[in-house]
Amino acid sequence: MALWGMVIDLDKCTACQACMVACKSENNVPFVGKGQAERGRVISWLDMVTETEEEYPEARTKFIPRPCMHCDKPPCVKVCPVYATYRNPEGIVAQIWDRCIGCRFCMAACPYNVKYFNWHQYRIPKTMERGLNPDVYVREWGVVEKCTFCSHRLLKARDRAAAERREMRADEYIPACVEACPSNAMYFGDLKDPESTVSALSRSPRAFHLLEDLGTEPKVTYLMEGERHALR
Amino acid sequence: MHSASHRLNFDEHRTLFDPIANPKKGVTIAMGILVALSAWGALCYFLQWRYGLGASGLNQPVLWGFYITNFVFFIGISHAGTLISAILRMAQAEWRRPVTRMAEVITVAVLFIGAANILFDLGRPHKVYMPLFYGRYQSPLLWDAMSITSYLTASSVFLYIPLIPDIAILRDRFADRKWLHRFYQVLSFGWNGNPKQQKVLNVGIAIMSVVVIPIAVSVHTVISYIFSMTVQPMWHSTIFGPYFVCGAIFSGIAALIVMMVTLRRVYHLESYLKPIHFNYLGVLLLVMSLLWFYFTFSEYLTGFFGHEPSEMRVFWSKFTGPYAPFFWTMVFCNFVVPVIILSFKKLKTITGVLVASIAVLIGMWLERFTIIVPTLANPRLPYPSGIYFPSWVEWGIMLGSFSFFVFLYLLFSRFFPIISIWEVHEGKEVGVKEVEERVKSYLPESAANVST
Repeated sequence: MALWGMVIDLDKCTACQACMVACKSENNVPFVGKGQAERGRVISWLDMVTETEEEYPEARTKFIPRPCMHCDKPPCVKVCPVYATYRNPEGIVAQIWDRCIGCRFCMAACPYNVKYFNWHQYRIPKTMERGLNPDVYVREWGVVEKCTFCSHRLLKARDRAAAERREMRADEYIPACVEACPSNAMYFGDLKDPESTVSALSRSPRAFHLLEDLGTEPKVTYLMEGERHALR
Repeated sequence: MHSASHRLNFDEHRTLFDPIANPKKGVTIAMGILVALSAWGALCYFLQWRYGLGASGLNQPVLWGFYITNFVFFIGISHAGTLISAILRMAQAEWRRPVTRMAEVITVAVLFIGAANILFDLGRPHKVYMPLFYGRYQSPLLWDAMSITSYLTASSVFLYIPLIPDIAILRDRFADRKWLHRFYQVLSFGWNGNPKQQKVLNVGIAIMSVVVIPIAVSVHTVISYIFSMTVQPMWHSTIFGPYFVCGAIFSGIAALIVMMVTLRRVYHLESYLKPIHFNYLGVLLLVMSLLWFYFTFSEYLTGFFGHEPSEMRVFWSKFTGPYAPFFWTMVFCNFVVPVIILSFKKLKTITGVLVASIAVLIGMWLERFTIIVPTLANPRLPYPSGIYFPSWVEWGIMLGSFSFFVFLYLLFSRFFPIISIWEVHEGKEVGVKEVEERVKSYLPESAANVST
């Protein structure tokens, strides 16, 4: 069984945020509207974290695309009182929308703040209803939602392979953000396969994880910026 | 002491029957106002139910606010009752007699409100039964549900058992009132005060006193685990368990004192609740205040010395940042005010103890708030840190919660004696002699006794 993981090369990332838009439309993430956004209730499964280094010789802002880390030791899973969030055998930290009672304990426990709450019943504008993705559930108010690594795409790819009576290839399953990235900064694949691109890249000396010292063992690996400067 | 109810002179304890026999108009009006305020809270909750939790001021990083603060605060208050009463009973403190009932009622009334605040906080309260089918026992939230339900059960029993002889007294006292008599007859369980019943009662109280203490301690420990089991800055702390229990008892005593002073005034209980009672409770409050300060000091000093960047962000947001007014008011109310008032005999009057207790209640509420919100507002990753302004819906529900608690308390006092009649009576009949003998048994035996 595969272990799905992602690698994001920060050197290649231009912070264009195409991944964020792709994610939003792929997963039927609701628009909360201006008023709600001002109150800090934007839902953005894949967010762009900005970090400005002030003390370094020159002030520089880093941009870090941040999906769910799909931790191997997820702090959110342990605290859910109803098994509404769990780590599935392929390493995806999944969420059962319909079982969530909305206690938001998982949100409080997640050190990456990747979980989002539906504070209201958000409605998709009528003109955009046809743009909804039929493969993804539309969430009710009062539930927590998060990045699923577009696991519906995995199911689809697997079904297609089964229908064609063959094994599914790892490259048949790619999340929307990775597919949309114009500068090819995101990679996706099976971390268990030592030959895969993600495995190779995550062994790179540039590889690091967010908040690595918390022991959550994230499956999203970042490649540090500055390679080109170093090579020059 | 047996058949106490038969030898009891009803007139002697008339002040205790008065709230039931001749309810005061003022109390009825107060109850009406409290019901109206509770109804306002209920309306606010209805709006939230209708439009979702978005009706609150909660947002992305600050996803827990007033409801969870109130939940922790109310469950903390509940430690007034059962724990204090159980400890005083086990210690055979004679002065406990007029105090225990008042304390036990607080526990039961406030537990309902505390548990309700968890429901207010749920995004989908109609799915609250889910843990019954899919419960994950690794989640501290479920530990909470379990310990609070067992606490509620145990403390209801603990309130009810010593109430039985009093209900029997009421049954006899109100023999002429048809419905009231019926009501008490059912609840009194055929109590007639014979030696066998009395023995069973005493054993029951003794067992419950022992059982209730570990349950009470577990309740607030487990509540602290909600926070300390996560890896969030300034939550992930090993002393949170005892720290929360200490704070719970602290705020519990304060709530008890406020209730006692109020009811003493309203129901003219001056001959039962004497300055000495407030003096003793004031000493307990002082001890808890010092203990609370010790815990707070240890918690923040270790955090400060460790100097972990994410911890320090939360730390400074409390010490000098946006939460500083709340933090320093908390220190002032929880430490400065009670220690000054309760250390000097001149200030330690009933009014003084009342002022200290009100300060502690405010301070402890702020303590819960400053533990919960600043950590959420300052997440580890460099996000814009959150702000939190409670909406009027949250204020309304909070007002309703407090009002309903006081209403439940007054409702109890309308139908049951708020001071245990039989226990006070027993103190007079048996206690004095028992204490004398007990004190004698502490003393070195005199030469005359040794020689015989």
